[in-house]
Amino acid sequence: MAKDPAGKWDKDESIPYKIKLGMWMFLAYCVVYGGFIIINLADPKLMGIDIGSLNLAIVYGFALIILALIMALVYNFLASRMEKKYRDKEKQEKVVGQ
Amino acid sequence: MRYMPSPWAIIIFIAFVVAVFAISYYFARKTRSSEGYFAAGGNIHWSVNGIAFAGDYLSAASFLGICGLIAVAGYDGFLYSIGYLAGWIVALFVVAEPMKRLGKFTFADALDSKFRSRGIRLIAAISTLIVSMFYLIPQMVGAGSLVTPLLGLPHWAGVLMVGSIVIIIVATAGMASTTYVQFIKGALLVFFSLILVIAILARGFSTSPDQGGQTDYHDFKTIEAVYAEDGQLAIESGSYQLIKQWEPEPGLVLAKLQDNSGFGSIWKYNEEKEVLEETLTVTQTAEGQTLYNGGTADEELFYQVGHMSRIEGREDVETGPVGMFSFFSTIKESTVIRWEKEVIDDAGDSITVYYQDPTPGREVLRPGLVFKVDSDRGATATDKIDFASLMLALFFGTAALPHILIRYYTVPTPACARKSTIVAIAVIGFFYILTLFIGLGAMTGGVVDITNNNMSAPLLARSFGIALFAIISAIAFATVLGTVSGLIVASSGAVAHDLMDRFMNIKMTDRRKVLSGKIAAIAVGSIAMVLGVIFKGMNVSYLVGWAFAIAASANLPAILMILFWKRTTAKGVIASVLVGLLSSVTLILLSQKTFNEVYHLSHLHAPVQINNPAILSVPLSFLTLVIVSLLTKKIDLADDETVLEKAAD
Repeated sequence: MAKDPAGKWDKDESIPYKIKLGMWMFLAYCVVYGGFIIINLADPKLMGIDIGSLNLAIVYGFALIILALIMALVYNFLASRMEKKYRDKEKQEKVVGQ
Repeated sequence: MRYMPSPWAIIIFIAFVVAVFAISYYFARKTRSSEGYFAAGGNIHWSVNGIAFAGDYLSAASFLGICGLIAVAGYDGFLYSIGYLAGWIVALFVVAEPMKRLGKFTFADALDSKFRSRGIRLIAAISTLIVSMFYLIPQMVGAGSLVTPLLGLPHWAGVLMVGSIVIIIVATAGMASTTYVQFIKGALLVFFSLILVIAILARGFSTSPDQGGQTDYHDFKTIEAVYAEDGQLAIESGSYQLIKQWEPEPGLVLAKLQDNSGFGSIWKYNEEKEVLEETLTVTQTAEGQTLYNGGTADEELFYQVGHMSRIEGREDVETGPVGMFSFFSTIKESTVIRWEKEVIDDAGDSITVYYQDPTPGREVLRPGLVFKVDSDRGATATDKIDFASLMLALFFGTAALPHILIRYYTVPTPACARKSTIVAIAVIGFFYILTLFIGLGAMTGGVVDITNNNMSAPLLARSFGIALFAIISAIAFATVLGTVSGLIVASSGAVAHDLMDRFMNIKMTDRRKVLSGKIAAIAVGSIAMVLGVIFKGMNVSYLVGWAFAIAASANLPAILMILFWKRTTAKGVIASVLVGLLSSVTLILLSQKTFNEVYHLSHLHAPVQINNPAILSVPLSFLTLVIVSLLTKKIDLADDETVLEKAAD
């Protein structure tokens, strides 16, 4: 590692995977968030159209909040799985080495 | 309006403060090292840290400001909730783990992890202090504003009280006590906001809200009137006499009437119904007296407002309990009475007139009442740029706030940093959804103090009984305590760790470093108290938005580029932070809103017409980093990997 200030964790081979995953998920959310801004700027009346008993503004607003949580959970699941995979691999290599 | 201090609010707040002091005392004995003081020893559990994030982040601006803005402007206030929450996506996907991996006490650690540059330390510390000050002032002013109506104390006493309590919290046990104060506050805030929302839904709507029977609904009077072609009003009433009329803007006709006892009042002409409608007024007399509806505050002639004149097309309706979805559908199909403001002059007296503005529920539930975005309603290109700029600042600001970033150092591992961010997103997201119910509940529940919409959430709670009011008021104080503590720890770290230790190279033992941190906390806390008193009366809600814009402009480009662009150089980082800081602060100081609200020069045309600088200053900061890094590449580039690539090796 370049720097290990607290010195409390080992090297993490899953970092490149997590960076890539994080960037893609960040960009995906940017698209949805950007869509909200663009609709407001380009066709604000669209925000008032009915969606069931609600309207697009409320549905989109709530969706942005709920989507953030869903994407966060998915990211954590995938990142944790990859971390575990590398940990298991490392353990296996140690066992083979012995 | 006049508020009666609640003894229960005082008792609950004192109980909270006693608990906070007990926590600080407990951790003070354990906090001896600098790691303990600045990062709570790095061993806070991620779930506790996640809720503490919420306690840190959900400031008075979030709780009181957003609910208040929704209560008067509907969905536009909720835009802040959306932007503030969306910002956590940047924190989770891009910033959380690298920050933890590369830093130790402050975000400057991560910025400086590759270059070991004193320049980066200096500029990052300055940026931390500026952003923290912009954030601290509204919190302190908010504390003062709360203490007057709720505890009956003067403004300065509120500032002094909050400042002193926070200094004790931070100076005793630093980040450890701060974390648990924020944890308790975050949990209480979300739990009792949920209780409030359940109470709102259980009560439902009424066209004549009476605060659960506590207060008689004020039935707004009307007087038949005719507006003649020559522009003269004529009234048909034996009880009133027309004294004077104004037309401050096209289509708005205001009239001063006098009743038989000689009492004067201001009315607004409703062209459609051909009647004069009652208004609320706040008069600053030429002698310096303030009158509310023509009487002193003690006479209590002013009343709370906010109701629906028609519910699903019908007058005189009480719905009974409503569900989560029918809450919105009912508002959508109703007419909400909002209140517009106009200032007129009456023989040297300045009268602020608040008049009824019946607004279709459909418009309340979509953007456009504050932020102009619809060209058909006169929105200009500048208005649209302003809207986009605000949403950009909220999105990119969160992950660049120093007091948020330091919380990543309180957990043991990068994976814990990630998990605590997810808990934060869940808790904060849930709270922000609740804000829409609370704000709209206040808007339609007859509880809004039109002169101070920040009090909407506590006043709504009061309509459900003194117990909920006392708890919500005490939580509002706790909200200020939690956020101010985090800001002071961040500033203390910037001074003791970044400036004294790393920039000035002052050799300190670990204990001396902790002592320096504590002295810095006392100094920053004292400055914040002074500023809180000086800025009294200023509309401080802008300052939080500006803090986000400055953080997004100064810090985020540097954080992102150092993580992901291998050609980034130390000089590029320094230039980027500097340009981000200077450009955002300059644009703010030269904006029309600052001219109007801060300098009180609304008659002047400000050089900058947009009110939020992020849309210009963020790209400028990125561009500066790229250009300067490319120009200084040979000097600074030690290797060809990003810091993250190195971390994976």
